Amino acid sequence: MSILIIPAILSGMMMGAVYALVALGLTLIYGVLHIINFTHGSLLMLALYVVYFLNFHLGLDPYWVIPFVLPLFFVVGYCLQRGLIAPMSGGSEQNVLLITLAISLMIDNLALYFWTSNTRSVDIAYAYDTVEIFGALLPFGRVVAFVVALAAAPLVWAFMAFTRTGSAIRAVAIEKRGAELVGIDVNHTYAICFGIGTACVALAACLLLPTFYVTPQVGYTFVLVAFTTVVLGGMGSLPGALLAGLLLGIIESLCGLFLGESLGQIGIFLAFILILFFKPSGLFGKRAGA
Amino acid sequence: MLEIKGLKAGYGAMSVLQGIDMQIHAGEIVALLGSNGVGKTTLNNVISGFIVPTAGSVTFKGQRITGLKPLEIVALGIAHVPEGRKIFPNLSVRDNLKLGAFRRAHERIKQNFDRICALFPRLKERLDQLAGTLSGGEQQMLAIGRGMMSEPELIILDEPSLGLSPIMVEEMFAMIAQINAEGAAVLLVEQNVMQSLSAAKRAYVLEQGRFVMEGEAASLLANPQLQQAYLGL
Ligand SMILES: Nc1ncnc2c1ncn2[C@@H]1O[C@H](COP(=O)(O)OP(=O)(O)OP(=O)(O)O)[C@@H](O)[C@H]1O
Ligand SMILES: [Mg+2]
Repeated sequence: MSILIIPAILSGMMMGAVYALVALGLTLIYGVLHIINFTHGSLLMLALYVVYFLNFHLGLDPYWVIPFVLPLFFVVGYCLQRGLIAPMSGGSEQNVLLITLAISLMIDNLALYFWTSNTRSVDIAYAYDTVEIFGALLPFGRVVAFVVALAAAPLVWAFMAFTRTGSAIRAVAIEKRGAELVGIDVNHTYAICFGIGTACVALAACLLLPTFYVTPQVGYTFVLVAFTTVVLGGMGSLPGALLAGLLLGIIESLCGLFLGESLGQIGIFLAFILILFFKPSGLFGKRAGA
Repeated sequence: MLEIKGLKAGYGAMSVLQGIDMQIHAGEIVALLGSNGVGKTTLNNVISGFIVPTAGSVTFKGQRITGLKPLEIVALGIAHVPEGRKIFPNLSVRDNLKLGAFRRAHERIKQNFDRICALFPRLKERLDQLAGTLSGGEQQMLAIGRGMMSEPELIILDEPSLGLSPIMVEEMFAMIAQINAEGAAVLLVEQNVMQSLSAAKRAYVLEQGRFVMEGEAASLLANPQLQQAYLGL
């Protein structure tokens, strides 16, 4: 049995790292702007299409477009928050919820209209080369995704901890008025934060596509898992999101192993219900609501 | 340096300030007195750009600042240390101070940091402590220190001695004198009438939306009307 379990855990961790990356963006936006961002999944889907088309039309490798797609989606996120979400919500947090939901429905349906519901994937031969780790044979693309996604988390953390913009973001998150008093541009800071969150999904898209697929609905899968990750990790907690993402990846993979591939996600939602029941503040959620 | 003319402001239909004229000259301490709820904090918030007045103007160093955003006003050299302090509880004392220089005097962050550490030794001992875990008095010092980091030409202190022990109040007034000696004009809002009139050069007394008394602090202190109303003499 362990011959199956170890590879399942490892491959679950590979996927879990990507969940963690998507959730990192979501939890960052929640932690600073205090909004539940429903556009997150749609932006991931958009990023997947961008990476797909760059490959399909220009033959560009998904990994090599990272330096281009990341800043592009940072700008997309920045503009979306500053140009659309902030002005339309007029500062009310309930409005934001509906607006992000509306924008996400619009993006998803436009995608369906223009790109149809066909499932598309790229053909990057080396992505499925196998790498042997602890006796398990894992696709190269998943290993890359794991390593890069895990490296992204400390980078975001270091940015928040050591840069001037990072401390402005932390200041705005907890004490908006105080931030304005020292002359921080709160709207700009919110938008930067939204941009970073969006860049996280763009990176996830680049890492995913070689071993995954894209459809207009693909965002739902991830955003549901990402929400679960955020809740499990403790709303707004970066290390929480990271650990919870990995954990959910493993849970999904093990459930897939024991219950059958198509039921893997049941484990995630079972975990979600159990967390809400026993520890609603999440693994790292002692400061939730602070 | 700061010139307020015919200022009216309020909240929705309720008017709080009903035509106010005020001057603050470079380098002086001006006390703003008045009982609870007369609009002292409202006036501070108008000056620092959080409330847009319904009439009148505020000019700073010859430039009209009514309608400017708070961050633009900070950049011009006004620091507002608000009621309730509004420090960043999840950040260290050090990071709180550094953020004080976010919009202004960022080039001299090092010198100002050292200067403020010298002024507030209690903060210096606690640079790595989270601001939220400081005592009330220390938080007040941090709020003032953070304001000082932008090298303001005018610093607004809204009830800095609120909730402090008598010894800390003494210490606080000594610090205010020190801050002023280093060159900043101070607008001091206080309930502590006696002490603030002793510290200030001039003072204004706000009642029902207007200034009912103003002038040299020393002569207000000797004014029987003020003594009766605010000192209970
Ligand atoms: N955001 C607000 N919305 C509505 N009314 C307000 C608001 N802020 C203050 N007020 C009212 O405006 C009046 C003046 O308030 P302000 O805070 O300026 O008084 P203050 O002189 O600073 O009082 P204190 O000495 O108690 O701090 C009060 O009647 C207060 O209830
Ligand atoms: Mg007040």
